Amino acid sequence: MRRILTILPIVAFAALAGGLALGLGTQPDRLPSALIDQPVPVFGLPPLGAKPGLAQTDLGGRVILVNFFASWCAPCRLEQPALAQLAASGRVPVYGIDYKDKPEDALRWLTSLGDPYGRIGIDRDGRVAIDWGVYGVPETYLIDRAGRVRYRYAGPVTAQILTDEILPRIAALERS
Amino acid sequence: MRRLHALLPALIVALAMTAGPARAVLPDERLADPVLEARARSLGQELRCLVCQNETIDDSNADLAHDLRVLVRQRLTAGDTDPQVLAYLQRRYGDFVLLRPPMKPVTWLLWFGPAGLLIGGLGYLVLAARRRGAPEPMPLTAGEQRRLDALLAEAPAQRPANH
Repeated sequence: MRRILTILPIVAFAALAGGLALGLGTQPDRLPSALIDQPVPVFGLPPLGAKPGLAQTDLGGRVILVNFFASWCAPCRLEQPALAQLAASGRVPVYGIDYKDKPEDALRWLTSLGDPYGRIGIDRDGRVAIDWGVYGVPETYLIDRAGRVRYRYAGPVTAQILTDEILPRIAALERS
Repeated sequence: MRRLHALLPALIVALAMTAGPARAVLPDERLADPVLEARARSLGQELRCLVCQNETIDDSNADLAHDLRVLVRQRLTAGDTDPQVLAYLQRRYGDFVLLRPPMKPVTWLLWFGPAGLLIGGLGYLVLAARRRGAPEPMPLTAGEQRRLDALLAEAPAQRPANH
């Protein structure tokens, strides 16, 4: 009994310190999406330019990448090469949702940077983005064959993120 | 100087008014119905701006916070109750959007951890103090007992009366 009383505070402190040390390694700014494993929200967005628009009925059947972007968003510029590379590989369809943007600005932006998207929906008031739980552009989602949201990446998809995060997840979703 | 002192209360009141709640709520967002607007304000204090992450949507100037304030007002106008509005946003943004974490098994540690630590620590202190504070009295040796007996037998009347 006496020995337990001596050791107890040390064990309790070690457990608390260990728990807090683990907490230091997490990234609280990387928010988990509340939609993981949920069906894609019901939406239908008008097209941008000549490309077809985007609705939830276009998602499902195969693994699809959906990317929220805007011409006014500087980090979105950074991810365009990786998205173009993915789209050119034909691995999965790459669809875009243009977030709170002027259509003419978005068209000009896509013309100058290259347009990786097979479909583009334009979300003028950002209401569809709220339904998806988007808190800032760029955000990238993977939709599985059943039309469920399976993965969200917040921030620009660089070549490294594409190789380390996105492509392995696409492969896993295609196997499942 | 005396005049300045007279002005001081007025200055404090003026400062307090500028530091009032809901600084970022724009005039064009406000609802005409004061009851609904008051509910929107109290909901706004419960909801986290997901861009700045440590501000309420009422305090934040972020574009998304503006959109969420408008959305809250639209839901209220459409007849949602306060819990329905919170649930609407929770479905989209998860528990993180609520500044008051909901009570459920994964948050029990958060809710009860500090009180548990305090009670556990106090319990430990009481237990440890009790064990240490009351040592078993040593029995008197034969010599000590004899001396005590002798002392008691010597002068019982001299012992202090009030002891």
